[in-house]
Amino acid sequence: MAKLNIDRGTRAFARKSKRYSIFSIAKNAASYHQKWQQAWRHAEPKSTYDAVIIGGGGHGLATAYYLANIHGMTNIAVIEKGWLGGGNTGRNTTIIRSNYMWDESAAIYEHALKLWEGLSQDLNFNVMFSQRGVLTISHSEHELKGMSRRVHAIRLNGIDSDILSPSEIKKLVPTINIDPNIRYPVMGGFLQKRAGTARHDAVAWGYARAADELGVDIIQNCEVTGLRRNGNQITGIQTTKGFVKTSKVGCVVAGHSSIIADMANIRLPITSRPLQAIVSEPIKPILDTVIMSNAVHMYISQSDKGEMVLGAGVDKYNSYAQTGSWTIPEHMVAAAIDLFPFLSQLRMLRQWGGIVDTCPDASPIISRTDIKGLYFNCGWGTGGFKATPGSGHVFADLIANDRPNPIALPFGLKRFETGYLIDEHGAAGVAH
Amino acid sequence: MLKIKCPFCGVRDESEFNCGGEAHIVRPTTDFKLTDKIFSEYLFMKYNPKGVFLERWCHTSGCRRWFNLARDTVSHEIIEIYPMGVFPKTVKGKKAYRANWRRKSKSEAVSKHAKRTKK
Ligand SMILES: [Zn+2]
Repeated sequence: MAKLNIDRGTRAFARKSKRYSIFSIAKNAASYHQKWQQAWRHAEPKSTYDAVIIGGGGHGLATAYYLANIHGMTNIAVIEKGWLGGGNTGRNTTIIRSNYMWDESAAIYEHALKLWEGLSQDLNFNVMFSQRGVLTISHSEHELKGMSRRVHAIRLNGIDSDILSPSEIKKLVPTINIDPNIRYPVMGGFLQKRAGTARHDAVAWGYARAADELGVDIIQNCEVTGLRRNGNQITGIQTTKGFVKTSKVGCVVAGHSSIIADMANIRLPITSRPLQAIVSEPIKPILDTVIMSNAVHMYISQSDKGEMVLGAGVDKYNSYAQTGSWTIPEHMVAAAIDLFPFLSQLRMLRQWGGIVDTCPDASPIISRTDIKGLYFNCGWGTGGFKATPGSGHVFADLIANDRPNPIALPFGLKRFETGYLIDEHGAAGVAH
Repeated sequence: MLKIKCPFCGVRDESEFNCGGEAHIVRPTTDFKLTDKIFSEYLFMKYNPKGVFLERWCHTSGCRRWFNLARDTVSHEIIEIYPMGVFPKTVKGKKAYRANWRRKSKSEAVSKHAKRTKK
């Protein structure tokens, strides 16, 4: 597994603007919280940038932050069609883990997890990263055997992972139903203790505030309508707020990657699908671990607000509508009630969908393209949130130095020609 | 939830069907010199439009037969349902067929199918 030193950058907060701390909360309480400093500027596009990031989700903002903080590129902009974190960043079920089987995946997700540990301090913004553990359950003898193979592979890469018996699971999660006679009985499971959740909006806001402080322009409500190039070199982008000249463009637009690629006549192996989630009414703390099940295709956790957060697999057809078919939540609720009978008493409050960019091998694309200065970071499919810091970190390196580092290298577009796929359909677990 | 009119069984719930993805993809023939790039284009690269999309569906929990369908990927409106091996007839369907980058791709240019449809 490729490992890199975690360079957290040294330029952050050079402008010495006001820190968030317990003292600043106390001080602002005295003025009834009317005098908080604006978290980031409302920037309008300049005529020229050294680099432009398309997409103001977690991955795009993280890319901009690391470009400025580690690589010293501060004359850059993030261009977002809607509002920050309004896409999949604000729509996912916030699960973070790094227990992937293949070395290539383990490297990038563990890189991300190391950055998560300490991200709140790096950004001076509480992203509420909570290492509450992620438990993946198996429902058959055979699944359990496959799982132990995975656990050993994961441990060989130095990533924490433990097999648990049904009684150990019951001890960890008292509300779970371990009756052997249910439709999907709990036969065992594996736990990553360092895994957990974070507050998704805070991740976008934290990166935005820190990037803004380094001089990055964050431009919202601005849609990219075209890419301009001179021969084989990108020269700028056309937006709804005018033309912006730049020689480097990083596309981090998830479900809309194919749309931007079409503007440059580039082909991607991406299909856009809805991924749904639902939350229940808030209740008192009852579940302090994230529970996933691949066989029944469901994952559940309890948010800090007390809502039960549930997610499942993607819908079966291509879509750009941020909703989805009713069959998916129906199946996910049925599976959840089987495992946690108390859930049947809860009312579900909200349901929504995000458009995810699924890739044939269920692994991301972090790549240069045939056009010089045009880079893509996409294909994270159903599991991009957990990778946010790591993805931004290696993508910034790729854009700044025009070459992939050892962690990003296996994720190039070329793998679809060489056949060196990183097949994570099963190895990652369905819900990733 | 989509209501799909199976050409053989009539209107049924989406949950009875499976989507087989993009329709009209042609496998490049081997009597041409195939490069990895051309084969990758055929095998992995996707047409993923925001708008009308031509796709294959199978009535898996019914008659188990395949058919083609033209559907808008934003409104989910079903524009046309037509048999396998046939091209769309509606204006929107025909436009979607032509708009697909595959029609100009190398992988399709080296197929026998392309030569046939040009005539
Ligand atoms: Zn039928």
